[in-house]
Amino acid sequence: MLKAIFPSQLALGAAQAALCATVALLVAWIARRREIRVERETAVALARGLAQIVAVGSVLVLLLRGPQWTSVFVLAGMTVAAAATSARRARGIPGAFAVSLYSIGAGAGLLIVVMTLAGVIDAGIASLVPMGSMLIANAMNTNSLALNRFRAEVEAHAGLIETGVALGAAAPETVLPYARAAYHASLIPPIDSLRSLGIVWIPGLMTGMLLSGARPLYAAIYQFVTISMMFSCAGLTSLVSTLLIRNRVFTAAEQLILRPGLKA
Amino acid sequence: MMAAMPILETVHLTREAGGKKLVEDISVAVERAEVLAVAGPSGAGKSCLLRLLNRLDEPTSGTVYLEGKDYRALAPRELRRRVGMMTQMPYLFPGTVTENLRFGPRQQGKHLSGAEVDALLERVGLRQRAAHPVEHLSGGEAQRVSLARALANRPCVLLLDEPTSALDEGSKQEVETLILDVVRQNALTCIVVTHDMAQAARMADRVLLLKAGRLARIGGTREVLHAEGNLS
Ligand SMILES: Nc1ncnc2c1ncn2[C@@H]1O[C@H](COP(=O)(O)OP(=O)(O)OP(=O)(O)O)[C@@H](O)[C@H]1O
Ligand SMILES: [Mg+2]
Repeated sequence: MLKAIFPSQLALGAAQAALCATVALLVAWIARRREIRVERETAVALARGLAQIVAVGSVLVLLLRGPQWTSVFVLAGMTVAAAATSARRARGIPGAFAVSLYSIGAGAGLLIVVMTLAGVIDAGIASLVPMGSMLIANAMNTNSLALNRFRAEVEAHAGLIETGVALGAAAPETVLPYARAAYHASLIPPIDSLRSLGIVWIPGLMTGMLLSGARPLYAAIYQFVTISMMFSCAGLTSLVSTLLIRNRVFTAAEQLILRPGLKA
Repeated sequence: MMAAMPILETVHLTREAGGKKLVEDISVAVERAEVLAVAGPSGAGKSCLLRLLNRLDEPTSGTVYLEGKDYRALAPRELRRRVGMMTQMPYLFPGTVTENLRFGPRQQGKHLSGAEVDALLERVGLRQRAAHPVEHLSGGEAQRVSLARALANRPCVLLLDEPTSALDEGSKQEVETLILDVVRQNALTCIVVTHDMAQAARMADRVLLLKAGRLARIGGTREVLHAEGNLS
């Protein structure tokens, strides 16, 4: 329908974006009617996302023609941006940005380096940057989930945690069960992706490979390669973030910082 | 001979949070084996004061001396072992009664034997409950486990925050009597928060009356209650 109205590709893109953004806002509006207020967050996220991807799309054209080493800086920049985004899920936890940076850096960084050296990821900038960015985004989501869950668990169990502390327990030990719960919860999406690969989900990457002439079986196997890398990346990220965050919710004198009803 | 040193002494103890003085300039010395009640209206800062005493919260100024030593010089874990706490709600760890009692000593690498567990349970009148899962305890029983768990650390000072106010009428009296017996038998120093003046009168040697975070009055139980015209 839209295609008939907008013959030029750019105009068509703008119309498609406008329609999808409207639908997203509609969803937020429905949530609002049920007293879940996400409309502002949604609107801001939509606007940001659109601006960012359009800007990056323009830059990418230049970048893909550039020298290979620039991909290191691009990926490093993405990691910092991902850490900043993720850290907002843990507002009130001091040092959340550092925790996010370390965990995303460790999870995505390690996988990108090892898999590129091993030849699983092609070192050419045109494949390294998109694949790397996918892993970084995946690490970011995992990290956000882990931090968000950890914070919710700690707030919900503040009484029990402080009871442990008041009995002379080492503070990080008292939050260990909640770090475990957060770790587990953050791995649900990548596990489900892996589990449902090909049945619920045929990622766009595969279509792309097929279109560019890869053999179907290789394209399929590479899908598995990608998703299992994402799983490893998520697992590492979450491991590091839940390990580091345990110490951050306490002061030096082992006092719980996150308590329900306290705005930090 | 030196004069007996107070076991616990607060000096200009103050805590501010959210731009509000929750506890302001409290200086009080507690003698060994004394029971001090902290009374005052809701929101007066009683719980805040108690949480400062085992350093669950940090004083913004002033400090506490435990047996003559500034408590900031003690390792927080050691301080909290020596200054035990029992809260209004008994937060029990999932598991059995025995596991709860062993929690504190385990933090110092000690293992409570079955006999030691039984002895503690005997003291709080829960002899047959050692292997019981905590989910199945009544409110009063849970509060007794919470007391026994605090005692397992052999604290020299016991902090109680409204230890009976979450209980029903029947177990209120029972738990109060139990706490008093345990405290007297072991000559424990005890600071008990209560908004119930009658309870303060039954339990304490002295009463500290807190109003809006400040010390409004301190003295013998009768004297303070009389001055407040509140002897119910
Ligand atoms: N971290 C905090 N930041 C700001 N205000 C706080 C904080 N903690 C407690 N308060 C406020 O400090 C006041 C004293 O609280 P506290 O819990 O000590 O009162 P209380 O005397 O124990 O009352 P109650 O008898 O109801 O238990 C209350 O008004 C409470 O809302
Ligand atoms: Mg209180």
